[in-house]
Amino acid sequence: MTTLPERTEKKLGLVIDLDICVGCHACAVNCKEWNTGGYGAPLSDQDPYGSDPTGTWLNRIHTYEVQPQAKEAPAQIVHFPRSCLHCEDAPCVTVCPTGASYKRVEDGIVLVNEDHCMGCGLCAWACPYGARELDAAEGVMKKCTLCVDRIYNENLPEDDRTPACVKSCPAGARHFGDLSDPNSDVSQLVADRGGLDLMPEQNTKPVNKYLPPKPKDTPAPNLNLAKLAEPEAKGFLGWLDKALEKI
Amino acid sequence: MHPAPSLIVFTVLSGLGMGMIAWVGLGLGDWDHNFGWVAGFLSLAIGGIGGVASAGHLARPERAWRAFTQWRSSWLSREACLMVAAKVMFMLYLALWLLFGIEFKLIGWLAAALAMATVYATAMIYAQLRTVPRWSGTPTPFLFIVLSLAGGLLATGSIKGFTGGDVPVLYSLAWLTVAAGSTVWWTQQAAGARRGLHGSSMETATGLGGIGRVKMLEPPHTGSNYLLKEMAYQVGRARAFQLRKVGAFLGFILPLVLVLVALGIGPWALLIALVCHIAGMMALRWLFFAEAEHVQALYYGMR
Repeated sequence: MTTLPERTEKKLGLVIDLDICVGCHACAVNCKEWNTGGYGAPLSDQDPYGSDPTGTWLNRIHTYEVQPQAKEAPAQIVHFPRSCLHCEDAPCVTVCPTGASYKRVEDGIVLVNEDHCMGCGLCAWACPYGARELDAAEGVMKKCTLCVDRIYNENLPEDDRTPACVKSCPAGARHFGDLSDPNSDVSQLVADRGGLDLMPEQNTKPVNKYLPPKPKDTPAPNLNLAKLAEPEAKGFLGWLDKALEKI
Repeated sequence: MHPAPSLIVFTVLSGLGMGMIAWVGLGLGDWDHNFGWVAGFLSLAIGGIGGVASAGHLARPERAWRAFTQWRSSWLSREACLMVAAKVMFMLYLALWLLFGIEFKLIGWLAAALAMATVYATAMIYAQLRTVPRWSGTPTPFLFIVLSLAGGLLATGSIKGFTGGDVPVLYSLAWLTVAAGSTVWWTQQAAGARRGLHGSSMETATGLGGIGRVKMLEPPHTGSNYLLKEMAYQVGRARAFQLRKVGAFLGFILPLVLVLVALGIGPWALLIALVCHIAGMMALRWLFFAEAEHVQALYYGMR
């Protein structure tokens, strides 16, 4: 049923630390690796070795340049992983005409029943975050499952029971947990660091949170590049410089 | 948004068929049997072609029957259910009238109401999307209903003329004028309905607005993808302007002139007016999709 549950028992989700992410794309690669062989249809590529490769990804890493308001301050580079936010008021679920899209009552994960999806693409239109992609080979909608086939998988060692992206992040920028429990590690992180909702004006109530980059602790040096091009020497070198100039 | 031909044909022809059902149901034909057979058959056929075109948009059309199940929450599902309900009610009305000679006005009105509810549901598929301000921040359902009735009147009016009745010239002039005015109104509203209408920006999309102004440095991949092809379609300004002129001329101006000509030469002029109107609606519907901006393109640096 594509009505949303009144409330979910847990709110499993990700907390992504934009202060730490180095933009290495390891999470995206491991996501594709795990999910092309895991839950549901594979994540296909079209023309993968040709001149115009495209394909289905559940996690994509953007890089932004942010120019602070203060004029002299140098721009900041922020790497930004983007995937499904498992929204509480997920518009992608309610628009689904077939009942394929649903939000789980037990943990709040938003999933697609790929046997019911007719590939109309309306859920991808309803999502503000670009989190859903229609697989060109399979003709069904693909999205982040929060690695539902890892986190409860008793065949995996316990420390592997976390989403593939979280497990693979070499910098520790990604955290997984229950955001409905105020005492969970992820909730504490969000409280300490002022975790943000993306596009709150879209009224989707995202579960995933983003931790903004911390303020710089040392002010950026005020570089005058023109000055560096004409070094001003002092002492003996200064005398030599002037003497040479006169010759 | 990507202007898929299947969706353009579907929304234009299904809307036209539903408009025809509404006029026949409201009793435009004065219980004339020839009119009933021709108009009844053609409105179901034209609506049917639209319905088949909509299946062309599905990656898995064999599962389309499931779209009848989620009417509690989904406008697309409501549209599918209402479309069937309108057509069944209309066939009942036609059968009673043409086969048994029972002139049951109330069932005709019910069919007309269901047909308009179907067009409303079609429009709501687009108008519900907060992510696409050009559709949700404008009077889209009103526009779809007015256009459906204008096209339906041209079609049923010319059939009425061909089957020996009076061509509804005054009605046609009035509806075409209302439709033209509504289109101008909608287009004016749409001009301001950019990605930022509901307050979305690259700063809110990334949560980085607290630091400063955000711009894209590198996209996730060098190639394109489904998201960009489907939701970051860009249309040239010059091309859009030309197409809008073509749409206005074929869709409203030429049909208005032809309806006046119909006073002299009868239903043929109305039929030509209808063909022009459909071509104009296709052009404007292409723009309806192509010019609509989706907020997710903000992540790709499109403000």
